[in-house]
Amino acid sequence: MPELRIEALTHVYSAGTPFQKTAIENIDLTIPQGQMIGLLGHTGSGKSTFIQHLNALLKPTSGRVLCDGKDVNADKFSRRDVKWQVGLVFQYPEYQLFEETVYKDIAFGPKNRKLSESEIDERVREAAAFVGVDEELFERSPLELSGGQKRRVAIAGVIAMRPGVLVLDEPTAGLDPAGCRQILDNVAAYREKTGSTVILVSHNMDDAARMAERLIVFDHGHVAMDGTPEEVFREPRRLIDIGLNVPHASAIAMALRERGVALEGSIYTHEQLKAAILRAKEVGAC
Amino acid sequence: MEPVIVFEQVHHRYSGEAEESLRGIDLAIESGSFTAVLGHNGSGKSTLAKHMNAILTPTEGRVLVHGVDTADEDRLLDIRRSVGMVFQNPDNQIVANVVEDDVAFAPENLGVPSEEIRRRVDEALEIVGMSEFKQHAPHLLSGGQKQRVAIAGVLAMQPEIIVLDEPTAMLDPQGRAEVIATVTRLCREKGMTVVLITHHMDECVGADRLVVMSGGRIVADGSPAEVFSRVELMESEGLSVPETTRLLYDLDREGFDLPLTALEIDDCAELVARTLIK
Repeated sequence: MPELRIEALTHVYSAGTPFQKTAIENIDLTIPQGQMIGLLGHTGSGKSTFIQHLNALLKPTSGRVLCDGKDVNADKFSRRDVKWQVGLVFQYPEYQLFEETVYKDIAFGPKNRKLSESEIDERVREAAAFVGVDEELFERSPLELSGGQKRRVAIAGVIAMRPGVLVLDEPTAGLDPAGCRQILDNVAAYREKTGSTVILVSHNMDDAARMAERLIVFDHGHVAMDGTPEEVFREPRRLIDIGLNVPHASAIAMALRERGVALEGSIYTHEQLKAAILRAKEVGAC
Repeated sequence: MEPVIVFEQVHHRYSGEAEESLRGIDLAIESGSFTAVLGHNGSGKSTLAKHMNAILTPTEGRVLVHGVDTADEDRLLDIRRSVGMVFQNPDNQIVANVVEDDVAFAPENLGVPSEEIRRRVDEALEIVGMSEFKQHAPHLLSGGQKQRVAIAGVLAMQPEIIVLDEPTAMLDPQGRAEVIATVTRLCREKGMTVVLITHHMDECVGADRLVVMSGGRIVADGSPAEVFSRVELMESEGLSVPETTRLLYDLDREGFDLPLTALEIDDCAELVARTLIK
């Protein structure tokens, strides 16, 4: 299982043209194996550019990405190898389904890696089980499935590579609340079972607060905040200044504090908010 | 208020499907109102929306738009003129290379005189707050901006009613906020009838009326405050309620004795603070 180190990573699009744009600048981060990370930031903050460096889809303008100490851009072999280790699920991955059957689509990655038929079969079944795709669907065309099912098939295709680092860019975008919960539960189960690192790019603060043990906030191509949810949500104003939402529970806690209610601790979940209010009631609010 | 769209015992079954997607809908949408329709995937909410401008017609029952039966093919153009639709994916709705040409597309097709088109396009872009982008290329806009251009394109047809089928599903939080603010303004300032289909409960908070769909039926219908206060019902339908309602509900069960009607964060905080600070 790999550890990722990002050193002084900078990426400039269309360098030397009038459209030159620095998307990320001087990013230093260490991502130990097994962490569950929420990557936050609004559109254009550099999140997507950043994650595409993690498996060498983009080449740094300057700086390095190290996977287990090895520069992922050292040569064409390292650029290939890192793609087995770091699995990237793009936004709306269901648009990338293309095979005739669900089974073939999930098997595409392992097959490219020239694994044996039995190994491929094992991985396809395992990946499908992780994301809750029923084996009865294996012979169906992926295009006949519902939106949520398609999304799960696309994620299974990446999981079938057994990546040590799973990066998901907005995996719940466009799904209804039940579909969102299901996908996030599947991802959590995958991590629990395999010990993989998971990087979840999200706009949804409530999901990030609930899922992640570490939050990294991007703003204008820089890392603006990096810490546990408790640390990050202790500064709700800062998140709001960056243009992000705060979890609903944090927003209510802020409004209560503004009204002179003394609430203890960093509050970002419903349970914390409820407990803090009950405590405030017991001790007398002011 | 007079109803502008009326559903009478509407059933719909897609061809080849065993189950009905709509199972006996009775619904009257009042003129000038803002109605949100909430439900998860497969609840029938999009099927309901598509009956409002005759993209779909009932397999049983009928839908009337200003008293005109949507199944009457001779009146299709009238219906489509009075009810404009905005869809989920902004990229699928934009046809031209320049924002103002895109907005002009529908009135041009309707044969509106060119001076009138100019006036309508300017006004529509003004309403959605996109005037400064009128010479821009749509594909370079953000999702929220594209969706506002798509709304302007519908407004240029001057419909009385605008139906939006999950217009924010593919947008980031900022884009969602822009679109919801625009839609709310259309109703409150321009007096348009708005029907918003969504699965984001927080987008329903500002509506006059909230209709909840499940399994092809309407399972709740009332003001957002009334509907969300039925926490058990909403949860049994697999829908969540806003954090404000959930908090008031939980505190109420802990003996706080609070009404569940405060949906906005400030109102909720005010209620809770008042009980705590005596």
